Amino acid sequence: MFTATTLNRRSYRTQNVARAVFFLMTVTLVIPVLIIIGTLVVKGGPAISWEFLFTEPRDGMTAGGIFPALVGTVWLVAVALLASVPVGVAAALYLSEYAPDNLLTRTINLAIINLAGVPSIVHALFGVGAFVLFFNIGASILAASLTLAVMTLPVVIVATRESLQAVPQAFREACWNMGATRWQTIRKVVLPNSISGILTGVILEVSRTSGETAPIMFTGAAAFVAFLPASVFDQTMAMSYHLYYIATQQTGVPEEIPFGVALVLISIVLMMNAISIAFRVYLRGLKKW
Amino acid sequence: MDPRDAMDRRDLAWYVDRVAQALVFVGGISAIIFILGIFVFVTKEGLDFVLGSLNLGEFFTSIAWRPTSNNPTYGALALMVGTASVTGFAMLFSVPLSLGAALYIGEFATGKTREALKILVEMLAAIPSVVWGFVGMSIMNPLIIETFDVPVGLGVLNAGLILGLMAAPIMTTIAEDALKAVPDTYREAAEALGATRWEVILKVVIPASKNGLLAAVLLGVGRGFGETMAVLMASGHAINLPTSPFDSVRALTATIAAELGDTVYGSSHYGALFTLGIFLFLVTFIVNLTADVVVRGIRKK
Repeated sequence: MFTATTLNRRSYRTQNVARAVFFLMTVTLVIPVLIIIGTLVVKGGPAISWEFLFTEPRDGMTAGGIFPALVGTVWLVAVALLASVPVGVAAALYLSEYAPDNLLTRTINLAIINLAGVPSIVHALFGVGAFVLFFNIGASILAASLTLAVMTLPVVIVATRESLQAVPQAFREACWNMGATRWQTIRKVVLPNSISGILTGVILEVSRTSGETAPIMFTGAAAFVAFLPASVFDQTMAMSYHLYYIATQQTGVPEEIPFGVALVLISIVLMMNAISIAFRVYLRGLKKW
Repeated sequence: MDPRDAMDRRDLAWYVDRVAQALVFVGGISAIIFILGIFVFVTKEGLDFVLGSLNLGEFFTSIAWRPTSNNPTYGALALMVGTASVTGFAMLFSVPLSLGAALYIGEFATGKTREALKILVEMLAAIPSVVWGFVGMSIMNPLIIETFDVPVGLGVLNAGLILGLMAAPIMTTIAEDALKAVPDTYREAAEALGATRWEVILKVVIPASKNGLLAAVLLGVGRGFGETMAVLMASGHAINLPTSPFDSVRALTATIAAELGDTVYGSSHYGALFTLGIFLFLVTFIVNLTADVVVRGIRKK
């Protein structure tokens, strides 16, 4: 019969201590999220009203709402998605369906890692140098969105590649054996079986894009625009830049307004994240292979 | 009929396939095009300054960043020290916490706890940097003033704490991936020999995944180094060589964000800010490259 020796008991005690320490470390890391969200809700909650969401800022941004900033963020995100989703999905298709294991593929992967790792302010400088000046678009929604699109491209590529690779190889082989071309296989078999995973990545990109500030500061975001944008060549207000502006550049703003802006911004971002997570969990349950 | 003609099926589907392949290939190399584009366009705007007014000795050794004075000087040492001190302080607590969290989530936690913790880490990653900056200004600042009885709460401590929390998710996620890459047979073999889970982690899992863990730390450092808005808002933004955690500092990234809007296109100040951009690009490029080489090292083995 097995009885624990002193040595056994000691090593199990060590294991339990280690488990407790690591658990505390994890909790220390995630507790601030809850505190931050709680504080934003308590301090920003009172500012939220229909008027706050659907009117313009008044009296030098010390009163009124955030409507133009909300609309601006929707514009920026929508245009950025239009630009980055096709390119990102194409890149993921290449990497997952075509790319041989060679130097070019390794270089592409390295470029993706770097694109995600380059500081956001360097992306902003690129946006100014390339889109605003060189292609002469000027500071506008289009220039800002293209900058955001380049910056968030890795999000789409990585998420899409993952869901493409989750489609079993046998599906493709069966299709090829029926005489289908590579593209027919991709369109009729690979994409339909991975579309929801791709969508998850796109939602995640919406979340990322709507919170970015540095890349749009000099490429198209403005502190105050009296009218709503009419085309992609207009400058626009944006939630993230609006928060930065009223928190640092504007004096005499009542405290609940920046808290309210931060609350709305983080609600948008976390809602998108929650949808993406829920979608992923749902898909995992659905998978039959 | 030549049998080769019967095999030849250049019908519409064949041409569509060719076109699709070409388009997908263009998408595939887009990441390379963009990363080169970033380097080219940032360098292009900074080149006049680099070839003209840049004094490398002054840039790396002087703390006098006075771009708007009548006799402008461009010493970036204080900005580099600012970035380094904030990032260093952040890593001091964030590296152990993140690796600990990765070990707990990857090796100990199971079922619902594990899912919940992973989702919380993802939420941590989702908070936009401008919101972090605002948290630094409006929540942490009064807290630090009150707790430590100091006149200003914006500085290395504030920005470092925030940066550490911001860099933690990427380190946790990559480290957890590295742990996951250790085959279960290793763990089972050790457990069969009577090792406890902790002994398995310490003696088997960590040694087997140490390159991946190192890469995780490097990517975290890169993230901290390049963070802009949060550091701009929480560091106090004063040019200063810090002597205590409560001192205000100014980071390289924050300097560009704060000053670019006020410069005249083509002026030496404008060029100097793009030169900081080139410097940031090169450093993050090297950090990411190193992380990639380190990870590739384990795959080869």
